[in-house]
Amino acid sequence: MAQATTLTVPAPTSGAALPRALRSLGLLRESWVGMVGAGLVLFWVAVALLAPLIAPFGPNATLVPFQKPGAAFAGNASVPPGTFWLGTDHLGRDILSRLIWGSRTVLTYAPLATLCAYTVGSIMGLAAGYLRGWVDDVLSRIADIILSFPVLVLYVIIIATFGASPINIIFAITFASGPGIMRIVRGLTLDLRSREYVAAAETRGDSPWRIMLVEILPNARGPVIVDACLRLGYVTITIGVLGFLGLGLPPPNPDWGGMINEARSMAMAFPHMTLFPCFAISSLILGFNLLADGLREISLRD
Amino acid sequence: MLILISKRLGLMALTMVVVSMLVFLLLEVNIHGVATKVLGPYSTQDQREIWLKDNGYFDPLYQRYLRWLGHFVGGDLGQSVRFKAPVADILFPRLRNTAILGLGVFVVLIPVSLTLGILAGMREGSKLDRVISVSSIITTSVPEFASSVFLAAIFVFGLRWLPGTSTMTDGFTLKQLILPILVLVLYDFGYVARMTRASMAEVMTTHYIRTAVLKGLPYRQVILKHALRNALIAPFTVIMLQVSWLLSGVIVVESFFAYRGFGALILEASLNQDIFVIEACAMTAVFVAVSTQTLADIGYTYLNPRIRFR
Repeated sequence: MAQATTLTVPAPTSGAALPRALRSLGLLRESWVGMVGAGLVLFWVAVALLAPLIAPFGPNATLVPFQKPGAAFAGNASVPPGTFWLGTDHLGRDILSRLIWGSRTVLTYAPLATLCAYTVGSIMGLAAGYLRGWVDDVLSRIADIILSFPVLVLYVIIIATFGASPINIIFAITFASGPGIMRIVRGLTLDLRSREYVAAAETRGDSPWRIMLVEILPNARGPVIVDACLRLGYVTITIGVLGFLGLGLPPPNPDWGGMINEARSMAMAFPHMTLFPCFAISSLILGFNLLADGLREISLRD
Repeated sequence: MLILISKRLGLMALTMVVVSMLVFLLLEVNIHGVATKVLGPYSTQDQREIWLKDNGYFDPLYQRYLRWLGHFVGGDLGQSVRFKAPVADILFPRLRNTAILGLGVFVVLIPVSLTLGILAGMREGSKLDRVISVSSIITTSVPEFASSVFLAAIFVFGLRWLPGTSTMTDGFTLKQLILPILVLVLYDFGYVARMTRASMAEVMTTHYIRTAVLKGLPYRQVILKHALRNALIAPFTVIMLQVSWLLSGVIVVESFFAYRGFGALILEASLNQDIFVIEACAMTAVFVAVSTQTLADIGYTYLNPRIRFR
């Protein structure tokens, strides 16, 4: 299969990692696309962190059903009065509050699932690219077979077999996107394994895994970070799609995809119930994708 | 060339066999689970035992697998639990509907994404290039279910131009296909356009294009006669691979618009634990995906003489 992605490997650098990371973040200022992306992502991260402070109501509190956006809430015995800025759903839950709390769900599971997929994919990719031989053959063949499934079909089968739960969703995402990550890391490893510092470590007698994890992996970080950012977007889409199809996280805790699924049948009469979660999830994914584009632009520059 | 084709076909057969093992293991290794899914959650232990015995589920795993594979290859896909009918009778009409939808998507997707990709890649870094690139990122960032909601809000509830569901119950109408096609194209054109752009931009930096420009050929002719032919090889593969992506996309779109196609079937089957339908759908989906990948590989080798005799 021909892939038109270009992989660039940055020159190995020494020195403290943290100031360098800060400097690359500063470089992001040069790409307005990246800045917009970073802004969107940071906005949702801030919303998720501050959820208890900024959400006007509890995410699962049932107040007044079917309220239009901007409707006033007179208050009751346990909840003080306020405004439903984005309206309420069919069970009377405030949509703005559910959106705010829902950002916690997606910003917990998407990075967690991506991290799991990266751990598995990187180890497989490093092993395939550095050890070569039969390890490479076996791992690449397995990756080919998993990648031959249409992605969503694979998710649907896995979730249908094992049931919808957070741990199964993370497992399904790891299983489905691990091979893609493996291919990227394998390609980078094949390039990096012929560098002098790897030869030096080999001469020193370092163990293969030490070389892979300490010498090769840190130097492959540039393209990997860009890919991770894009993949975060895909994983966010996946979590949303699974929620939308009714295969996502079990209710009642707010999940954007699930909110859209619950309100779908009422979209005709109450479009606000589906529109706002759609805006939320699209803006977060857009943030990840723009950030990835900005990062790629910067990494190509130096 | 012949060696290459037979090698690819062999690889395809191997992939299908491994995938069939995977699907079988995933869905049928727990025989009591199978019995519960077929007979329903309220069946008694005795009923399940009898059913399992009648259907040979106490045989060794490899025997069951071989028999299952034999049935599959012979076209016997089993009975649907939910529809109480042979799976094949349900699957094929659904596949036909999805094929119609898919055809519609490609008819729109190919010209739109190729044109935009070529325009963007022709002058890399130009204003047009930036606009096309950024807008393709934006459209790719909106998941299909969200764009379905947005488009339905505009065209169905707002302007009242188009129907909100595409059930096709009163005969086949083109009007009902517009929104599903639009959603799928909107999500995917950005990716294909970006790939085309990358390929075009690469061709534009080659020596033969520079030569053609320097010897004074009109720009139009340089693009049409020299650049396009080489720039379109990579997008060919990308477009072929979109078939596999489309099989994912239709699950969301068909369920949103209540279109009676393959994607809606696999979702219904998995929500209802209709085990033999899930198996048949999974195998069909992988078969379609793998055969288009194989075709893409062979086609790519045919189109690109540089790698013909690898």
